[in-house]
Amino acid sequence: MSHPAYHPVLDPAHAPPFPQAVLPVLRNPQLRKNVAHAIDVIQGKRGKLVAEKTDWQELRSAGAAIRTHVLENLGAYLEEFEARCTAAGGTVHWAADGEEARRIILELLREENASEVIKIKTMTSAEIQLNPYLEAAGVRTYETDLAEIILQLGEDEPSHIVVPALHVNRSQVREIFARRMGLKDLSDDPKALTAAARNYLRRKFLEIPTAISGANFLVAETGSVVVVESEGNGRMCLTLPRTMITIAGIEKVLPRFQDLEVMLQVLARSATGERMNPYTSVWTGVTPGDGPQRFHVVLLDNGRSSILGKKTERQTLRCIRCAACMNSCPVYRQTGGHAYGSVYPGPIGASLRCAVPATRFARSRSIFPRCCWNCAPRL
Amino acid sequence: MHVSLFITCYNDTLFPETGRAVVKLLERLGVELDFHSRQTCCGQMHANTGFRGEAFSQAKRFVQLYQDTEIVVVPSSSCVAMIRDQYPGLFNELGNEELRKQFAALLPRVYELSEFLIDRLKVEDVGAYFPHRVTYHASCHGLRALHLGDRPWRLMDKVRGLEQVPLPNLDRCCGFGGTFSVKNGEVSSAMMAVKLQDIVATGAEFCTALDNSCLMHLGGAMHRQYAGMKTIHLAEILASTEAVPAEALG
Repeated sequence: MSHPAYHPVLDPAHAPPFPQAVLPVLRNPQLRKNVAHAIDVIQGKRGKLVAEKTDWQELRSAGAAIRTHVLENLGAYLEEFEARCTAAGGTVHWAADGEEARRIILELLREENASEVIKIKTMTSAEIQLNPYLEAAGVRTYETDLAEIILQLGEDEPSHIVVPALHVNRSQVREIFARRMGLKDLSDDPKALTAAARNYLRRKFLEIPTAISGANFLVAETGSVVVVESEGNGRMCLTLPRTMITIAGIEKVLPRFQDLEVMLQVLARSATGERMNPYTSVWTGVTPGDGPQRFHVVLLDNGRSSILGKKTERQTLRCIRCAACMNSCPVYRQTGGHAYGSVYPGPIGASLRCAVPATRFARSRSIFPRCCWNCAPRL
Repeated sequence: MHVSLFITCYNDTLFPETGRAVVKLLERLGVELDFHSRQTCCGQMHANTGFRGEAFSQAKRFVQLYQDTEIVVVPSSSCVAMIRDQYPGLFNELGNEELRKQFAALLPRVYELSEFLIDRLKVEDVGAYFPHRVTYHASCHGLRALHLGDRPWRLMDKVRGLEQVPLPNLDRCCGFGGTFSVKNGEVSSAMMAVKLQDIVATGAEFCTALDNSCLMHLGGAMHRQYAGMKTIHLAEILASTEAVPAEALG
């Protein structure tokens, strides 16, 4: 019996079913070692930081209550966000699906005469396959998040929603950087690798005046967009370019600025095992003389609104993409994310696939959360 | 005290020695037992595979069969988890008011074996003798759905001759997962390989658990690898005495 070569396909419409897609992964000892090691490191850090928080379950409950409230009043909060963002000088676009979002973004880039764009890591962009679409339309995309650079230069796909290159180790990063950046003598010392990425990026930051971001949260009360990150590349994209285009799923909105108190604590500890993520950027429309002077937000539905009326299914939209479910999943630990055939792997990916079949978030139907209960009730 | 056994389909069809051990153990502790021969399956594999209607009919059968009993004891943590966690949703979705009431009245009287011994019988020393090195695998459902906590260890502590060896990465799934192991045999095997490394490294002679489904998965691998270890349900250890040792030793 022959098995397909290892080549991830993250388009749920064409990806092979999970049990078939795992075969080349399970036969790849390097990948499995990388994934298990990365997962154990993140889980170890998270465990310590969650344990030191005596009100952790209360924080989680508060977060769930906020997110539930948002989903019950989503239309009103989105309209409030649109009004505040517009009043602050931003422009809000509504996209019913991925195709419309891609078209809107390409039109905005054409208005800017942009042939190149720098990007802050955004899974929503990956969800709608934005990069290949823009490249085909003649716009070069440059990822600026270190992991995304590794994937882009290595012609690879994200295998995790927070640390998308966790399946790659540093000697593989060295090989990709050496080959693609023309650095024959590059060592696999993490310092040397980040220095190489920094050199590669600096010129892009200084020369490319158009940026695309995702959003961790949108704040209805103020019309603000929030992005959390670890490397400062997001901060660079939010200060140097002339134009910023943000793409965000419609579920990302929060009612009040104060809600970030809960969300940022829960997200940082669960996602990366940090008390606070190193960079938190909050921007509101346009500020004259400071940061991008043209600002657009594309609000993406892509099937999300179809489950708002369904009490069980809409719970999947409470997700803040911390990835703790995949980090705790014993299946994911063996396979990594590619086999799921979607940019949203692991338990949340499987849940989204079941809840929102129209979006084709993920393909796997045979992996359900609450099989081992690690991801489910009391993370 | 009168107890009705729900022996579960797995134990009934594949591991009858576990059912026999439960009877031997509970009778030794002075418990009066009965066994409804019309019992079948809790419906877990139907529910987990998306067959809600079929799962519901099993759930209904369970309630109808046991509603008049004083206490139900189940030597399978995942079946108890099914009853506690999934039955309410099934009855809300497909049942009527009367069935929901009957279930609500029955539920507090359904015990997993170690819960019954410690919480209801209030016994830790069951008078067992098992002179072997044993490591305990905390099945996912026992650990996270039932929160069995230290109950199994408290019971093993009092077994004469038994030497406990702690199992690292106790929270990790063995990879069985019911129909998961059929639909995703390869991933299931990969998970089992990792679990087995931990188990074999303990140097124990026996790996025990409160769920024969995990033990079947692990035992199959041990058997094929000639790993020099055996699996054994905790009920069989607790039933074992100097006079009548566990069947697994024969």
